[in-house]
Amino acid sequence: MRLVVRLIGITFCCAVLLSACKKPETKTEDTVPFPGFTIPHNFPASTYHFDTNPITKDGFELGRKLFYDRILSRDQTISCASCHIQTSAFTQHGHAVSHGVEDRLGVRNSPPLMNLAWSTSLMWDGGIIDLDLQPIAPITSHEEMDDNMENVVEKLQSSSTYPALFEKAFGSKTVTGANMLKALSQFMLMCISAESKYDSVMRQEAVFTMEEQEGYTVFQQKCSNCHAEPLFTDMSFRNNGLTPSMVDDQGRYAITLQENDRYKFKVPSLRNLDYTAPYMHDGRLLNLDAVLEHYRNGVAAMLTLDPALTQNGTTGISLTEEEKQHLIAFLKTLNDPNFLKNPLLAQP
Amino acid sequence: MKYAIVTLFAACLMLASCSKETTPDKEEGVKSRLTVEFDHIVGGEDLHLNTGNYSNASHESFQITKLKYYVSNFIFTNDNGDVYTVPQDSCYFLIDESVPASCHLNFDLPEGTYSKLSFILGVDSLRNTMPIDQRTGALDPTGLGADMYWDWNSGYIFFKMDGTSPSSLENNQLFQFHIGGFGGYETPTINNIKTVTIDLSNRGMPEVKSGWSPNIHLMVDILKVFDGVHTLKLANNASIMFGNLSKNVADNYATMFQHDHTEN
Repeated sequence: MRLVVRLIGITFCCAVLLSACKKPETKTEDTVPFPGFTIPHNFPASTYHFDTNPITKDGFELGRKLFYDRILSRDQTISCASCHIQTSAFTQHGHAVSHGVEDRLGVRNSPPLMNLAWSTSLMWDGGIIDLDLQPIAPITSHEEMDDNMENVVEKLQSSSTYPALFEKAFGSKTVTGANMLKALSQFMLMCISAESKYDSVMRQEAVFTMEEQEGYTVFQQKCSNCHAEPLFTDMSFRNNGLTPSMVDDQGRYAITLQENDRYKFKVPSLRNLDYTAPYMHDGRLLNLDAVLEHYRNGVAAMLTLDPALTQNGTTGISLTEEEKQHLIAFLKTLNDPNFLKNPLLAQP
Repeated sequence: MKYAIVTLFAACLMLASCSKETTPDKEEGVKSRLTVEFDHIVGGEDLHLNTGNYSNASHESFQITKLKYYVSNFIFTNDNGDVYTVPQDSCYFLIDESVPASCHLNFDLPEGTYSKLSFILGVDSLRNTMPIDQRTGALDPTGLGADMYWDWNSGYIFFKMDGTSPSSLENNQLFQFHIGGFGGYETPTINNIKTVTIDLSNRGMPEVKSGWSPNIHLMVDILKVFDGVHTLKLANNASIMFGNLSKNVADNYATMFQHDHTEN
């Protein structure tokens, strides 16, 4: 099966290369067979409700077109892909917080979009409970795309291309918000990252180096409590000891209004770490070294600090310099360069 | 928690479907029109958006620029005690004072004389968590319901009242009450779902029968939003949204409905 995937991958690449010589705009439509949604061998069962939104080739392609189309923003300057860039694992590398229309700034770091079929909630605070409802937030947010949904539906309806694509995908030329959101979900659900070296090792197709193996041991002892394999998040909300920021973003508390949720944020996946800096909910840490330093020496004692980050009255995670280097070596095995180059997910 | 909620829903649905089977419409299938009118007033005056000047018990003057709220899950009880539950696919309504037609709701009920009406002010928790396909009409977050939906905290805004007041300390003297909260999806949180029950037996019971179109005329006194169970001063809080204070607004707005009369 793995070989088949490889072969298909190679075929894609060849096809793309060939077609690149001729007509690049038709590369994915004509030459990449649609693989559909499959669960990687080392992944658990997905949690998305495929029963109400089964993925089809036409639905996926419509979703991909929407994802890359600036028509979704008020002044047609921003697309989903503006802040979720494939070459950065669908985040916006190098920006603490993203720029919306008219260069307006939000308060949180745009998360990488990957493995969303396993995500039990969306956003850093988990405020959104269904992937199908997620795009409404950035489309209508003043700091992001600043449009309204009725207007977006109207723009799509009156475009020369979209009604036919909606008919292909959903059987009706009438554009509805529900179908638009379902198409976007279909594209995002296909953004699966499971081709890292770590995944190959887990599928027994590769082996860790000594250093990576040492790092894996450190990881399992000191990190996997929250960054649970194989998704490298347990989807929970935790306070990891970051001091409150200027805007005093209290994270999960805004959603639940529970005292013990103050300053808690969703545990992010560690996959594709190399491509997704800066780190943390507000992008305050610029590199991996700073992140590990935070856990070694920077964890603030706060009322809701995660218990796993306090040992014998001391905050933080003890880590020798050697362990730190090993850990970094292991974390790099979570990079998935194929995900960044997958032509299926690229702008058509 | 999620499972508890789901189980509860399932139980409610089963109950609802059981009671429906005992209503006469199953056997006879004869239904006739009944309307319910939501007539908005401010104490002793008619509500006029943007132009009317009013004041609350705390002597704070104000104007209202927007008044919208969801009413749903209507249940009618006749004088024999038979209960008719309006089907799920047609029991969600968005009342909008700026759209007069939205303040008159039409129902087709089994014939009979009705003595009690109940509804939810807001949207029940099951519908708050339904797939996008089932959020149609007034509940469409990409259409009619877009103004009544929190995208950042998946859920409907049950009640929205905006206006201005010299007592408000907010920018441009605005005040905004945006109240929602269905109890939370995984973590329990604010639940502002209110069931309103109205006795129709004192001010004229509607007689639902062929050829008639009785109208239940409700007076909805928005002054109760300020001066109901709790006294809310605009000078203290002119912007109340998803926070603990919203519970006080919800307690208050649950008391604003009065059966004034029935036009038979």
